[in-house]
Amino acid sequence: MKGLVKEFSKGITVLNPTFGLILGLCPTLAVSTSLFNALGMGVAATFVLVFSNLIISVLRNFIPAKIRLPSFIVIIATFVTICELMMKAYLPRLSVSLGIFIPLIVVNCIIMARAEAFASRNPVLPSIFDGLGMGFGFTLGISIIAVIRELLGSGSIAGFGLLKSRELILVMGLAPGALLTMGLLIALSRLLGITKR
Amino acid sequence: MKNNLLVNISPHLHGKESVSRIMWIVALSLIPAGLAGVYIFGLGALWVIILGVISAVISEMLLQLFTKKKVTVFDGSAFLTGLLLAYNLPPNVPFWLPIAGSVFAIAIGKQIFGGIGRNIFNPALVGRVFLMASWPKYMTTFTPTPKFLVWGFIKPMNYDAITSATPLALIKEGRVLERVPYLDLFLGNRGGCIGEVCILALIIGAIFLLIRGYISWHIPFSYIVTTGLFTYLFGAKIFFTGDWLFHILSGGLILGAFFMATDYVTSPLTAKGQIIFGFGCGLLTAIIRIWGGYPEGVSYAILMMNAATPIIDRYTKPRIYGS
Repeated sequence: MKGLVKEFSKGITVLNPTFGLILGLCPTLAVSTSLFNALGMGVAATFVLVFSNLIISVLRNFIPAKIRLPSFIVIIATFVTICELMMKAYLPRLSVSLGIFIPLIVVNCIIMARAEAFASRNPVLPSIFDGLGMGFGFTLGISIIAVIRELLGSGSIAGFGLLKSRELILVMGLAPGALLTMGLLIALSRLLGITKR
Repeated sequence: MKNNLLVNISPHLHGKESVSRIMWIVALSLIPAGLAGVYIFGLGALWVIILGVISAVISEMLLQLFTKKKVTVFDGSAFLTGLLLAYNLPPNVPFWLPIAGSVFAIAIGKQIFGGIGRNIFNPALVGRVFLMASWPKYMTTFTPTPKFLVWGFIKPMNYDAITSATPLALIKEGRVLERVPYLDLFLGNRGGCIGEVCILALIIGAIFLLIRGYISWHIPFSYIVTTGLFTYLFGAKIFFTGDWLFHILSGGLILGAFFMATDYVTSPLTAKGQIIFGFGCGLLTAIIRIWGGYPEGVSYAILMMNAATPIIDRYTKPRIYGS
């Protein structure tokens, strides 16, 4: 049990995908414009991570080493498609605002990295917890960036206007703002010792 | 017996130059342009300059105290950054804009890389581009002077200011007929940023720096010639008919070429490298002005070439003597 907690918590702290491993930057930079989008992306990625880790871990002794990457992609793509269709059916607004970035989870390097580095070498239960921890860490990272960017760039948090009449920092809503916020947060997390160099 | 044979470690000859002295002299050479800017745009411009400089110095001091580094605010580099940033702002910006720009320039442009000598990009331009992306409304609203104010003997019209576009913005919008005469461009009777409008004052400062050897001719020369050449070639609908003199005299080209592209830290070390650097700046400026979305491209061109400086330095490394 202690081992499982460790697999879960490492994804949030030391191996945090956003601040520690610095993986999955494409969605992190692109959809962290608002908290709503960031949470949607985080939940979608967590769903895919957990189930792809589960299936890859179950099949790890059957997948030939030579074609393991294509096999992982097929498994990941299956869950991404499920996720995409579910989102279109039940959360159409979120689906529209996330757009192409939901199908692009297929090539999200966090999921690929966890499949290759963890799920294909570990039993089922630790793999699930690893996927959960990584997913939570990713959601947390992208949400922190999104809160800062949304507050400074459009004066609201999760759509609730807080700073409506102030002079907003437009650049925070654009791509440079995402890179700046992420860079400063990575530096901060290393300064505080949450992640390591 | 007194020992007259003292043994010392080289170097035995000391120049008087130091980083701090160079910074203050460059700041000094910028004073004519600032005076011209204040004269042309009024006291509002002076406030922008003062706020920019003070907030740059204070933010550098606070950051150095906070990171427990040696406080080096009196070496003039923060002063120069604040001054150059203020020269890159329109004269009628709200008071917090130069402050925000200076803090960003010092914190993100300079101190985050480790302070003076370690920044990749020119801090003042980092500040300007940040302001440009964040508050384009304030950064692109200019107040021109009423005609003849430059000559000093006719009173300005009785309203405070009229807003208008810069000559480059007019060209971008296709309003070619409202072209400003060359003499007005040269003396600064046009819309623009505080420090960039009076070419005459800038050239006085630049000649001083060139004669005293604080900057070399390579970057400004290749920068200005390249911009002139490419705007002459492609600046108009027919080849070889572009108004190259207009492009050299308008916008921030002279300020950028002499005072910002020549920043020691962010430009190449060798003469060959500096010519390549200037050529790249000129090419990018011309491309942005002719085909780009913005009317002016000097700051972006210099920043992009700042990023290329390590590569230029690597490929223009001088041959080791004897090899």
